[in-house]
Amino acid sequence: MSESPSTAPPVDATDEPRPAKPSIARQLSARPQIVLIAVLVGLIVVTAIIEPNYLSLAGLRNSAFFAVPIGVLAAGQTILMLTGGIDLSIAMIATASAYVAANQSPNGAVIAIAVGLLVGLAAGTANGIGVGVLRVNPLIMTIAMSGILLGLFTGWATTIFAGSTRMHDFIITLGRGTFFDGNVPWSVVVWIGVSILVLLLLRRTGYGRNLYAVGDNAIAARLSGMRSWQVLVVAYGISGLLGAVAGLLMGGRIGAVDLQLAGFLLLPSVAAAVIGGTSIFGGVGTYTGTILGALILGVVQSMLTFLGAGQAVQQVLYGTIVVGLSWMYMRLAAAQ
Amino acid sequence: MTLPTAHQSLLSTEGIAKSYGSIVALRSVDISVASGEIHALLGANGAGKSTLVKILSGVFDSDAGSMTISGSAVNLKGPGDATDAGIATVFQDPALIPDLSLDQNLTISGLRHSDVAPWLERMQLAELDFGLLVRDIPLATLRLVDLARALAHDPQLLMLDEITAALTPEQTDRVFDVMREWKRMNRSVLFISHRLGEVLKICDVATILRNGRDVAHLDLTGVDEAELVTSMLGAELARESMSISRDAAPVQGAVTDTDNDVVLRVTDLQYRDKINGVSFELRRGEILGVTALEGQGQSELFSLLSGDHRPTSGEIEISGERLSARSPYDAIRKGLVLVPGNRHEALLPQRSIRENLATPLYNRIGRWFSLVGDESERVDSVVTRLDIDTRAASQVGRLSGGNQQKVTLGRWLVSDFEVLLCFDPTRGIDIQTKAQIYELLREIAAEGAAVLMYSSELREIPLVCDRVLVMYGGSIVHEQDAGTATEEVLLTAAHGLKSAQA
Repeated sequence: MSESPSTAPPVDATDEPRPAKPSIARQLSARPQIVLIAVLVGLIVVTAIIEPNYLSLAGLRNSAFFAVPIGVLAAGQTILMLTGGIDLSIAMIATASAYVAANQSPNGAVIAIAVGLLVGLAAGTANGIGVGVLRVNPLIMTIAMSGILLGLFTGWATTIFAGSTRMHDFIITLGRGTFFDGNVPWSVVVWIGVSILVLLLLRRTGYGRNLYAVGDNAIAARLSGMRSWQVLVVAYGISGLLGAVAGLLMGGRIGAVDLQLAGFLLLPSVAAAVIGGTSIFGGVGTYTGTILGALILGVVQSMLTFLGAGQAVQQVLYGTIVVGLSWMYMRLAAAQ
Repeated sequence: MTLPTAHQSLLSTEGIAKSYGSIVALRSVDISVASGEIHALLGANGAGKSTLVKILSGVFDSDAGSMTISGSAVNLKGPGDATDAGIATVFQDPALIPDLSLDQNLTISGLRHSDVAPWLERMQLAELDFGLLVRDIPLATLRLVDLARALAHDPQLLMLDEITAALTPEQTDRVFDVMREWKRMNRSVLFISHRLGEVLKICDVATILRNGRDVAHLDLTGVDEAELVTSMLGAELARESMSISRDAAPVQGAVTDTDNDVVLRVTDLQYRDKINGVSFELRRGEILGVTALEGQGQSELFSLLSGDHRPTSGEIEISGERLSARSPYDAIRKGLVLVPGNRHEALLPQRSIRENLATPLYNRIGRWFSLVGDESERVDSVVTRLDIDTRAASQVGRLSGGNQQKVTLGRWLVSDFEVLLCFDPTRGIDIQTKAQIYELLREIAAEGAAVLMYSSELREIPLVCDRVLVMYGGSIVHEQDAGTATEEVLLTAAHGLKSAQA
C-alpha cells in the first residue's frame, strides 16, 4: 500500500467492492431450505419420469403416507439434536405406545389414545431424567431405553398385554383414512397440527430459545441462569410424546400392532433431521428443514418402490444419506 | 516510508485478503518484517490482526494476495508448512488439548521434553509437573508453555498474539527478554498487544491495521501512545477515546455511608484452600474494584458470588437476603449477575445477537411458554445503547471481541440485576470499546445498581472504580479509595507486600 507513509491515517474508503467469492457452498449455507425444496422437486420429477402415474394424487398420497410418521418422529429428533442429544429409543417408544393403545382399544378411542400418549411421555421423561439429571450420555441412555422397552414388551406381550392387538377404528381412520374423495389422508392433517405446534415451540417461545442455548453452549446457558436439566427433561418428554403420536399413526395405518411396528423408522427419523440441516452437535437447525427432509425421504421411498427395491436397499440408502450429508454439512460449516 | 532499509526483509506480503462468508476480515494487507526487528501489529478489535496471524502461520488460506519468505514466494498449505518455513506462532488461545497432560501435548506436536526444558527454565517454570492435565494449569503458565513450544522450533520469525494479556508484569519481562534475544540473533518477532506501553517499550516498528487494511507503517522511535491511538482509530475517534478520564465519568460521592445502601455483604467467605476469610460490603451506586496477580482466588470469589460454586463456609447476603445458590439461576434470581472473564463461557456462538441478549428472560419455567416477540423493544434499546455492530448479527461467534463483550454485558441490561459482577471485562479489547465499557459501568452505577469488577489492568482501576480491594493468597490484603490508587501501591499490595502509603 502506498497511500499511507505518514502517521496521518487516510480517510477510510467505504465504497470498496468486497472480495466476494460467490460459490455454491455459500449459496447453500445462506439459503439451505431453497436447496432442499429444489432437491425435493427434482426427486419428484425423476420419480415421475420413472413412473408417469406417480404424478397423481394417489401417487403423491403414497409418499405422504410414508413421510408422515417419519416427519413426526423426526420432530422429536430435531428437538433433541438441537440440545446436542438424540433419541435412539424413539422408534421403540412408538411401538410400545401403539402396543398399549391397541391393548386398550376395546375400552374406547379416548382411553386408547390417552394411555398410548402417556406411555410415550413416561418413557421420554425417563430418558430426560437419565440425560438431564443423572448426566448419562444421550446415545447410551436412549439405546438402553430401547433395549429395556423391547425386553419388557416381549415379556408383557403374552402376559399383561395379552389381549387385543387390533387398533380402535378411530385410530385406524387417523392412520390410513382419507377425506375429500380419498385424496387427503387424515394422518397428514395430524402431521400439520404437530408441525404447527413444534414450529411455534422452536421459533416463538422462550423454551425454544432455551433448547438452542443448551445445545450451542451448555456452560454459557448455565452461567446465564438456565437450568439445563429442566430443559432436557421436558425435551425428552416431548420427544417421547411425539414418538407415541407416530406410533399411533403407524399402528392405525397397519391396523394391528406387533413389536416390529416402527423399528425400521429409526434411521429415517435421524436422516430427515440431518437432511434438513440440523446439527447433531446442537444449537443449529430448524423443523422446517426437517419437514422437507421427511418429504424428500417419502419421495425417495416411492421412487425405490417403483424401481423394485426392497426394504433392505432402502435402509442402506438412508444410512448412506446420513453419513454423506453429515460430512457435507461439516464441510459447509468449515467453509464458513 | 519509514521502514528501515538496512535490514533484509524476512517476510513480506502483498494484498492479502480474507473473508468469512459475507464478513470481510482482511481487505488488502501489505506487511514487511525485516530480519532483526521486533515488529508490532496494531489495530482496534476487528481490524484483522488475528486473521492475518492465522494466515501467516498457515492455519487459514488467504482468498487473495501473495507471501514471500526470505525473498522466495511461498504458499502455506498448513501450519506444518509455516513451521518448515521458520515461522512459529503463539496464538491468542493456547493450542493445547485440555484433557491431555503436558507431556502428551508435547508428543503430539512432535517435541521432546528436552526441547522445551531450557526455554521453560528461562520462564522460571523448570519445576512445572509435566504429568499435569492441561485443564488444571493456569492460563498464564499455558501461554508460557506455548511460547516454549514455539521457541523449541527455533524459528526465524516468532509471532506472539496477545501473549501478555494473561501474564504478570514479571512474566511479561521474561517474554521481553526472549524477544530481545531473538532480535540480537538477527531474527524477528511479530508482536500483537493491546497494551501500547508495552509496544513502545519493546518494538522497533509497527504496522497498523484498520478495517482489514494496513493504514500505516511506523518507525516507533519517538512516537507516543497518543499517536498510535490516532493511527489505530482514525483521527476523529481517537480524540473521543483519549478524552475518557476520571473527570468525564459521573461524579463520585453519590455513595453514602448508611447501612441501608449495602446491597451485597460478604462475610468470612471460605472456599477450599483458595479463599480464606474474605469479607466486604458493596453499596448501591458503587463500583468496587478487585485486583490481584494471577491465581490469588479472584476467579473463585467471582464464581462463588455468581452461584457457580458453593462456599465451604461464610455468608453472601444480597439485599439483606442470604444467598444459598445451587446454580447461577438462584444468584441471578436474587440479582447477582456475572460477566465471565472468558467470553467463550458467556456466548452462544451460533445464535444471533438478539437471542444472546434475551437469554436470561426465559430462565424461569413460568416464562418458557411466553412468546419471544415481547423482547424486541428491550433488546433493540440495548443494541442501540451499547452501539453493538449488527453486521454479523446472525452469529455472535463472528463478531469481534469487543462486540462480543458488549453482548455479554448487554444481556444483563435486557434483564434486571442488583449487582453486576464483571471479571476482567476489558481484557483483549480495543481502546474504543474499552472506553465505551467504562462509561457504561459508570452509568450503571449512577442508575443505582452496584458493580464488582475484577481487573488485571491496574491503570483502569482509578479510571472506573470508587474503591479497590487487592487480593493475595485468597484474602483481601488491601483496601483503599480508587481515585488515589497508584499502580505502584496496587502492585506492591498485589505481591503481598506492605506499602507505606496505604
